[in-house]
Amino acid sequence: MSDVVERTLSVLPGLLGQHDPGAGPAGAGGHGRVSSTSRLGSLIRSITALTSKHEEEKLIQQELTSLKATVSAPTTTLRLMKECMVRLIYCEMLGYESSFGYIHAIKLAQQGNLLEKRVGYLAVSLFLHENHELLLLLVNTVVKDLQSTNLVEVCMALTVVSQIFPREMIPAVLPLIEDKLQHSKEIIRRKAVQALYKFYVIAPNQVQHIHDKFRKALCDRDAGVMAASLHIYLQMIKENSSGYKDLTGSFVTILKQVVGGKLPVDFNYHSVPAPWLQIQLLRILGLLGKDDQRTSELMYDVLDESLRRAEINHNITYAILFECVQTIYTIYPKSELLEKAAKCIGKFVLSPKINLKYLGLKALTYVIQQDPNLALQHQMTIIECLDHPDPIIKRETLELLYRITNGQNVIVIVQKMLDYLRESKEEYAIINLAGKIAELAEKYAPDNEWFIQTMNSVFSVGGDVVHPDIPNNFLRLLAEGFDDGKEDNQLRMYAVQSYLTLLEEEDALYPQKFLQVMSWVLGEYSSLVTNVDPEVILTKLHSLLKKTFVTSETKAWIMAAVTKIASHTSCSKTVDKLIQEFSNSLDTCMRQHAFELKHLYEDKALMKNLLPFDASCNDMVVDASLSFLDEFVAEGLGRGAAPYKPHHQRQEEKLSQEKALNFEPYGLSFASSVSSCGVTGRQSPTGLSFGSDMSGNSAETGHKETNTLKLEGVRKLWGKEGYLPKKENKVGKENEPQTVSCGGLLAVQVGDPPALQSDQVASLSEEDKEKQQLASTLFIGLGSNAGVSLMGKTDTATQKFKRKSKINETQNSEEATDFQDSAASDFGPLLDTIPINVEDCEGNIDTGLRKASLHSSDTVEDNLAFETPQSLRKSGLNDRLSDNTLSQSSLFADSNIEIFQPSPSAHCESASKTLLAPSLPEELEDLPHSEVVELCQSDALALYSCKVWTDDSLLLTVFVSNKTTSALNAVNLLFEEAEHFQILESPTYQFPVIEAQSVEHCQKCVWMHKICTQGVLSGSVNYQSEMESHFEFSITLSLMDFIRPMEMTTEDFGKLWLSLSNDVKQNIKMSSSEGSLSAALNTLQQKLKLHIVDVIGNEGILACQLLPSVPCLLHCRTHSGMLALWFRSPCSALPDGLLYQCQKVMEES
Amino acid sequence: MINAILVFNNHGKPRLVRFYQHLAEEVQQQIVREVFHLVLKRDDHICNFLECGSLFGGSDYKLIYRHYATLYFVFCVDSSESELGILDLIQVFVETLDKCFENVCELDLIFHMDKVHHILQEMVIGGMVLETNMNEIVAQVEAQSKLEKAEGGLSAAPSRAVSAVKNINLPEIPRNINIGDINIKVPNLSQFM
Repeated sequence: MSDVVERTLSVLPGLLGQHDPGAGPAGAGGHGRVSSTSRLGSLIRSITALTSKHEEEKLIQQELTSLKATVSAPTTTLRLMKECMVRLIYCEMLGYESSFGYIHAIKLAQQGNLLEKRVGYLAVSLFLHENHELLLLLVNTVVKDLQSTNLVEVCMALTVVSQIFPREMIPAVLPLIEDKLQHSKEIIRRKAVQALYKFYVIAPNQVQHIHDKFRKALCDRDAGVMAASLHIYLQMIKENSSGYKDLTGSFVTILKQVVGGKLPVDFNYHSVPAPWLQIQLLRILGLLGKDDQRTSELMYDVLDESLRRAEINHNITYAILFECVQTIYTIYPKSELLEKAAKCIGKFVLSPKINLKYLGLKALTYVIQQDPNLALQHQMTIIECLDHPDPIIKRETLELLYRITNGQNVIVIVQKMLDYLRESKEEYAIINLAGKIAELAEKYAPDNEWFIQTMNSVFSVGGDVVHPDIPNNFLRLLAEGFDDGKEDNQLRMYAVQSYLTLLEEEDALYPQKFLQVMSWVLGEYSSLVTNVDPEVILTKLHSLLKKTFVTSETKAWIMAAVTKIASHTSCSKTVDKLIQEFSNSLDTCMRQHAFELKHLYEDKALMKNLLPFDASCNDMVVDASLSFLDEFVAEGLGRGAAPYKPHHQRQEEKLSQEKALNFEPYGLSFASSVSSCGVTGRQSPTGLSFGSDMSGNSAETGHKETNTLKLEGVRKLWGKEGYLPKKENKVGKENEPQTVSCGGLLAVQVGDPPALQSDQVASLSEEDKEKQQLASTLFIGLGSNAGVSLMGKTDTATQKFKRKSKINETQNSEEATDFQDSAASDFGPLLDTIPINVEDCEGNIDTGLRKASLHSSDTVEDNLAFETPQSLRKSGLNDRLSDNTLSQSSLFADSNIEIFQPSPSAHCESASKTLLAPSLPEELEDLPHSEVVELCQSDALALYSCKVWTDDSLLLTVFVSNKTTSALNAVNLLFEEAEHFQILESPTYQFPVIEAQSVEHCQKCVWMHKICTQGVLSGSVNYQSEMESHFEFSITLSLMDFIRPMEMTTEDFGKLWLSLSNDVKQNIKMSSSEGSLSAALNTLQQKLKLHIVDVIGNEGILACQLLPSVPCLLHCRTHSGMLALWFRSPCSALPDGLLYQCQKVMEES
Repeated sequence: MINAILVFNNHGKPRLVRFYQHLAEEVQQQIVREVFHLVLKRDDHICNFLECGSLFGGSDYKLIYRHYATLYFVFCVDSSESELGILDLIQVFVETLDKCFENVCELDLIFHMDKVHHILQEMVIGGMVLETNMNEIVAQVEAQSKLEKAEGGLSAAPSRAVSAVKNINLPEIPRNINIGDINIKVPNLSQFM
């Protein structure tokens, strides 16, 4: 190395003649600083002189060509190379690819002296990305520099590591960087912490063992190092706040000292002590204190102090204040602080500075759910912001209004939103806003007319960028209908009429999605409108088909509509014309449609059958086995066609053929042509057009999918409870006028803000009056004295459209509540025919039974339904239950129904005697399970949990024991949505009643959704005693709870191994006592539930799977006291997690 | 996290482009262009925050910018950064540039691109704010440029000086934080010390 430098230096004097090195940074201003001969300088000068983009491109290409020649010439010195790199960076910045220079950047970082190295590293970090293959070449240089005695080199290496580093090479530098945490220079320690943060982000599992060192960094004597470690903590706490509650005290102490000015003045910014540090700490505190009263209590003081200290009128103090306010509203509330925070928000909102106003609105939006009164206080400001010239402020205001929308102000607010929607050009804003308007319209629509008009505006303004859920939901709403059949038809009729009017206009360009919605509605429901001749509608659709702007997808929708309308007209000239016209269309799809229509049109009876009126929601019976084709297949085989091979088989054959040359002569082409014919036949437009012919049905299935998959973003309005008896609806309607009048009164009250007293009213200008009027319409129904619910969101009584869920009705029958309603009728057939449900039903009987015996006086009515089965089956019941214990475990596996598992009545009695000692039900006792651990206790309840590791899931059993002397009613168990875990059925469970001094339990199947080594599933229990009580619990689950052995043959293993791509390798030292491979494998088998597939010599292969079915393969080899582990899995995070577990168990053993 | 730091002039010519998340070259150029158009449309007296929609592939991102004479400084950040905090960070960055270049102007940024990157590297590493203390940043940068001069002077010297250059260390940068009891104390964690 050093001789390279020497050689370089010896060449330099010659070069110095050409280049003026004296272009130091401290020269005079402007051009004087630029060395006149600098090549970069001349490049830039010539670029500035150019007039067009094209010329620039030409010049840069020239430059790149000359650079390419220079960097690859062997005579180029490092010093010149450095200059080339700067020019390359410049070209890259302008967007010109210069990949030929990447390797030279790495070389420069490796070979150059300090200055050149610095530029080399800079170029590398700018040019390359984490997964770039060349990056591996840098690792050696980094390792060398990390070991250097020169601080500058170490610094540079650390900097580059924390910007960009290949994930798989982390083990190579990790120990070196860990050492640097003890370095005497704080800058090195700081950068080392930063590098570890980077590692934590890209590969959290690899730095798991050094969490202690993070803590050490947190209490470093240098504040800068401490501040750097906060990045790591913020990240970790964001992922799992419960694991770091113990640090709350430390963070509070640090913040106290910072706020108290204990830091050196160096850290002050505009005489505010370390503002960025304060912001960071406040964020962390907010995360820690969220929903946690005890932790929140620790921080009240320091928050109060921060608010008090931040009084200087500077930008940065507002930053701290804003953070304080957010934290105060995030943590467990304290009224005193909330008051102060509210005052602060006022300061923001009323500030003349536009940035602060924006943040004020943001804060208001954030807190509005907790404190709607705050919006009332600032209503005039909000109104002003609505007309603000800055679109960003406007958008934030609309966001705020969106949150306070209710049944009474919806018209005004949606109008404002539509106005903004018409103005905005940005796609993102349109998508976002259109979704919100559609949501509000569905939820709070006052009448049919308004709803349809609003949706029309959304579709026509939003255009084709709107989220596909919006038209889908809208159509579903129309199709499924609401409580009232008459209402439904009115809505549909109105929709049809409005679309006909819209189509009336010549030359109107509607977005494709809108046209699709129109054609579907016209196709389905145009026959409801009796005063319009179907011929007219058909003509309109026909003329649409001829328009050029209509895409072929939309044309398919229109054709489907035409077909549907044609099915209930006797004969139509337009249809004939249409068939004729499109039978020779160049568009194959259209031609296909036309032919289908033609054939269907010849057989009216069939057509009516195929396209029944308003049947889009009815379930279809599909013969998935295609048994009606059996004859056709048999005939084909008889004629010598090749039998069908499933896809995977074909794939395998293809693979095996690829491996070797094919020495066999080719078969007759006949067979293959037949099969290919079959395939195209199946994929041909028939399939397509059938879908669209019955687009009702195809759209419907699509809806069902979105219903189950994509509803997260959309509030569940049309859930299982969607169907409400008419009686309730009437009550809702009776209420409506009352609330309205109440709101009207309020409007008057609200309309007079306290600041404007009666004497000032006279002086109000017209404009102000207008604004006030707007305010009174906007903020109607808000505020604690409003009489109606505070937040429009919860008020469902005024909701107009209540979707009746036809789909769910049938599913619900499995649930206990419905079961009780229909028990008498459903029971018999269920018992006899469906084996899975039998146990379930018995479960219900059993609860019913217990209820009956204990509450005989209260539940007479409930029992009526059970009386027959009770008497019939009582004797046999216990026998059956004991039989069940054997089959139960497999039962969970297959059934998707809610697991409802009563403890046998005998068991229950004994439980009440041996009080509060939860134990697993017999049928689970035999399965591998953990010990029963206590989760939490309150005066009345104790919660225990037990993990049962079944073959295909983790069965989490939660016991609730009632410690009081009276029965508890309606105990609800609710699991929160966790990032890493997924609960297979509903996350809630209700115990209708828990008897005094007894234990009940429920079970939930859990899967790991996102891989982590350990995670927390939290939830809460609430129940009704004298008052509503609520407490929370959390259960820690580890990766190993979800790992199961996977049995396979060595051959399968080999195949699978080759097909997997994510691999992780690591060497582990084996303890000398158990140096043999078999011992190690046994440890892995026993502790990690890995399946040993095969052992050959000093190599072993193991396999396991992450539930439900993500395989992970492990190859082990021993050599000289080391165990080399090699994981492969289709999932990239799984090997990391398993490796960590392996390391742990091997260390323990 | 800061996702990108962009500096361009009033005509949209990029002067500094630094992405902290890997994006394809075309995407980067598109972002630079679109950000410029978004920012250019805005008057100087309206707010300094901007939602950039799906530019970075998510709704979470925001642009925070300041306009100085001929240059726009734009930081693209996600929701984990404080808006006002970043706004002042831009100020710190510009003031630091001003100190290092003595009356910084657009030309300094053009002709000393590498140096600007080095200054930025002292403040923001991998998208995280590392240092906000202006004096500290200037001290680090100056120490390195001293080194630069020393090396420039030595380059013509006999080769035995080479090893001396190689082993030059950063000069001591005094930073009075360890005086007496003004240390930050973390009592609960003393067992780790």
